Amino acid sequence: MITALMSLTILGTALGLILGVAARVFRVEGNALAAQLTEILPGSQCGQCGFPGCAGAAQALAEGLAPVTLCPPGGRAVVIALAAKLGVDADVSGVQDAIPMVAEVREELCIGCTRCFKVCPTDAIMGAAQQIHSVFREACTACGKCEEVCPTESVKLQPVPVSLHGWYWNKPLIHLSA
Amino acid sequence: MNTLAHSPHAHAPVTVSRVMATVMLALTPATLFGFWLYGWPAINVWVVCMLAALLGEAFVLRIQQHPIRPVLMDGSGLLTAWLLALSLPPWAPWWIAVLGSLFAVIIAKQVFGGLGQNPFNPAMAARVMLLISFPVEMTTWLAPAPLGSANAPGFLAGLAVTFSGVHLDGMASASLLGHVKTEFTRGIELQQALTGYYAPLDALWGNRAGSLGETAALFLLAGGIYLIAKRIITWHAPVAMLAGVVIPAMLYSTINPAHYAGPLYHLLSGGLMLGAFFIITDPVTSPNTATGQFIFGLGCGLLTWIIRTWGGYPEGVAFAVMLMNAATPMIDHYVKPRIYGRNRKGVSIDPVKKES
Amino acid sequence: MKLFKLRGGIHPESWKELAAERAIRVLPVPERLFVPLHQHVGAAAQPLVRVGEHVLKGQLIAASQGFISAPIHAPTSGVISAIGDFSAAHPSGLTAPTVTIVSDGEDRWLETRVLSDPFSLSPEEIAAAVGAAGIVGLGGATFPSAVKLNLSRKNNVRTLIINGGECEPYITCDDRLMRERAAEIIEGVRLIRYAVGAVDVMVGIEENKPAALAAMTAAAAGTEVQVIPVPAMYPMGWDKQMIRALTGREVPADGRTADIGVLVHNVATAYAVRDAVRFGRPLVSRLVTVSGGAVAAPGNLEVPIGTLVETLFEYCGGFSQKPARMVLGGPMMGIALFSAAVPVVKGTSGVLALTEREIGSTQPAPCIRCSSCVRACPVGLLPLEMAAHIRSGDSGGAVSLGLKDCIACGCCSFVCPSHIPLVHYFSFAKGELMAQERGKLKQEATKKLADERIARTERIAREREEAAAKRKAARAARELAAKAGQTTTEAA
Repeated sequence: MITALMSLTILGTALGLILGVAARVFRVEGNALAAQLTEILPGSQCGQCGFPGCAGAAQALAEGLAPVTLCPPGGRAVVIALAAKLGVDADVSGVQDAIPMVAEVREELCIGCTRCFKVCPTDAIMGAAQQIHSVFREACTACGKCEEVCPTESVKLQPVPVSLHGWYWNKPLIHLSA
Repeated sequence: MNTLAHSPHAHAPVTVSRVMATVMLALTPATLFGFWLYGWPAINVWVVCMLAALLGEAFVLRIQQHPIRPVLMDGSGLLTAWLLALSLPPWAPWWIAVLGSLFAVIIAKQVFGGLGQNPFNPAMAARVMLLISFPVEMTTWLAPAPLGSANAPGFLAGLAVTFSGVHLDGMASASLLGHVKTEFTRGIELQQALTGYYAPLDALWGNRAGSLGETAALFLLAGGIYLIAKRIITWHAPVAMLAGVVIPAMLYSTINPAHYAGPLYHLLSGGLMLGAFFIITDPVTSPNTATGQFIFGLGCGLLTWIIRTWGGYPEGVAFAVMLMNAATPMIDHYVKPRIYGRNRKGVSIDPVKKES
Repeated sequence: MKLFKLRGGIHPESWKELAAERAIRVLPVPERLFVPLHQHVGAAAQPLVRVGEHVLKGQLIAASQGFISAPIHAPTSGVISAIGDFSAAHPSGLTAPTVTIVSDGEDRWLETRVLSDPFSLSPEEIAAAVGAAGIVGLGGATFPSAVKLNLSRKNNVRTLIINGGECEPYITCDDRLMRERAAEIIEGVRLIRYAVGAVDVMVGIEENKPAALAAMTAAAAGTEVQVIPVPAMYPMGWDKQMIRALTGREVPADGRTADIGVLVHNVATAYAVRDAVRFGRPLVSRLVTVSGGAVAAPGNLEVPIGTLVETLFEYCGGFSQKPARMVLGGPMMGIALFSAAVPVVKGTSGVLALTEREIGSTQPAPCIRCSSCVRACPVGLLPLEMAAHIRSGDSGGAVSLGLKDCIACGCCSFVCPSHIPLVHYFSFAKGELMAQERGKLKQEATKKLADERIARTERIAREREEAAAKRKAARAARELAAKAGQTTTEAA
């Protein structure tokens, strides 16, 4: 009885010590992980996650303060990549890829105030003062910043129009009987 | 025409229920022979099995709030019950049949998610459950009393056998495998034990004590060949299983004929024929590829022979099948077809190398 | 000749008897033709004409764009009435850029150069002529033929295989072409052989086309072209299957046929090559089989590109009953049409109007793991496992099982007793993965843009600061100088 207790205690203490030492000796710089996570995130610094930019979000993820599902523009692909990097299980089924959106300028409302293209994180809006602005679709990440600053509600996020180029088959809808 | 329809816009004239119906058709000769050989009690057992499976499956579907008709119509539950009935002692009491059927369709199939989801063959799972739980009832064999013969029970007497457990004296017998095993424990050698008990020609026709539909080796073989011809099953698993029994039997009986029975004895006894052509060819619980099915069949055969030869039970088909069922995912993991233009490891082939 | 063993494949009901005995008829040029600008693999062609312009038959109306692309020619003479979006021959029913031509009824050809001896051209010139004629793989792959010719010549291809494996049920246009125009095909085959410098030439034709085999064998007599019967099965017309049957070799999964010294062309492509090289005539029409249980009088028509599918049905006597589904192409790989108002394109081998009975679809049931699909797959995949992965949202798992090697031939769906739409699952997963890939590329691009912007704003801020500092320093210096001047003055 005593022997068993003793041996288990010693075993526990020894293993605990080893673990403690290992944690200090092989300590990984937190920044390294955060940097890798930043790589995965979209990088448009849109702030929809509630953290200051993608680097801030990565820091929070690395510290375990945020769920891997924090990034709306990233969609499922980013969730899967983050979960793999962090070694956690992610319930991807709940994450729906948002309908792809793109900013669009309604020309009859645009007053050429230049506010939108000043805030655009990817330089996706072209224009000059007193001229109608337009959106370069390929560069737009649909972060919505332009929508927020537009004084005339001329810039709006719209679903990306379906085209032959991007079309693909839906997932078969099957109601199996069992 | 307002939904997108993906190609192909043609389909082979085949459905799940048609597959099941074909298998049942292939089972019919052996079943009818069993009915004739063992009389009214056998028919009762079969009917009770089928009814219990239908009602049991309908009941669980109802509590799961799943549609009942399409599932019952696919025939998979009925086929399971049919196979179970064929593996039961023909004069088994009604509650054995009910319990077995319910266990097969509810515990072994619906609990796992219904058709296509069960890891173990439901009929064999039920048989093993019954064998372990009710060894006496499951190993009480009757000498054949064909319909119309002097000591065959009539319709009413048959009902009495099945439903009130009346036993007719002087009918009890032992199955061949069971008899040999018992004699061994008494220290009696094989040749002696077989004398008067084993006539290969009778065994070929199935004229021996045994399960309801397992004895008619020839009829089962015919049914199996019919299924292979109809492309419902392939030859790989059945041939491998027979080989898995025959090869070691041949080897050992040559070395020590006094102790090890020969291949013919193994082929024509127990549930081997039924197992080889109708049980291990169950698509759900067997591997996907031809090679995988061959390995699976070989394993079933070897395990059957090992259990029969050295195990505690006289018959090993059901146990062997369940053990190999458990190995199926592993076989499928390792045995995959080679993809066109790739080697077995999935790497694109070298264009220069293969010059044939 | 000894043929090599094939794997998988199915034997669907052929339905070829509906149209196989009907000789080719030339469809009268319809009033309007709708010619899409993107009828081939690669980049869409760029229109060269304007609305209102008059064009002649065979005139270039849209130019090839980039390395893999093909030009488009006017299928008849007439006036360009519109350049804009029109329903495309595509499963989505979406529109695509299309040139509309109103026929002037004359069907007048552009003046073309006719060669009495096309073999006087150099191999390069033949490839150029094929490219200029807008010829693409007419078996349905629609890969620009000239690109294949040039690649094969550079890779020193030794074996030329001509694919007469018309394995799709119903479709008989290649069969008819071989029966009626065998000599022309053989000339086209010899031109292709000459253009790539191949040594062996084999024409593989399925055994279920005895008349075509006989005609082609007769036409090939005395030439270096070998006509070889191959087993009738689906998908025999898959080029890699044909290669395996005739040479016993496999094309590497990550490579091309040229890697093993083989070039494959379809019989109809060979015919088009002959037309282009000898007569300078671009590809402006093709043979189309009009068939199916709902068509009153099935047949094989020579149709100008851009003709509406409904025109073909009308010409074939309309419908004998309401079709359950209209299909562009064969039933195994063709696309279901929303409406018959879509144009025939270069890759259209058939238009079908099918009855419910012919389609034979029912509600899907659970998979019973029967592995019929595994046996049927000519590629060697595990369709049931792949579909199970995709169904549970794991397209990546399906990729590791070989999803990208799937050729969407439809064998698995065809044989499935549970009627599970396996190929539909695969198309969905392939599309999803492609969309993810596009998304990733876009993300990388926008990330770069964002980084550049941050760098730029920082640089501007820094420059502004530096400029401010400089100004400050200058002012300070000036003040100092002024002060110094003062002192000097004072001192003076």
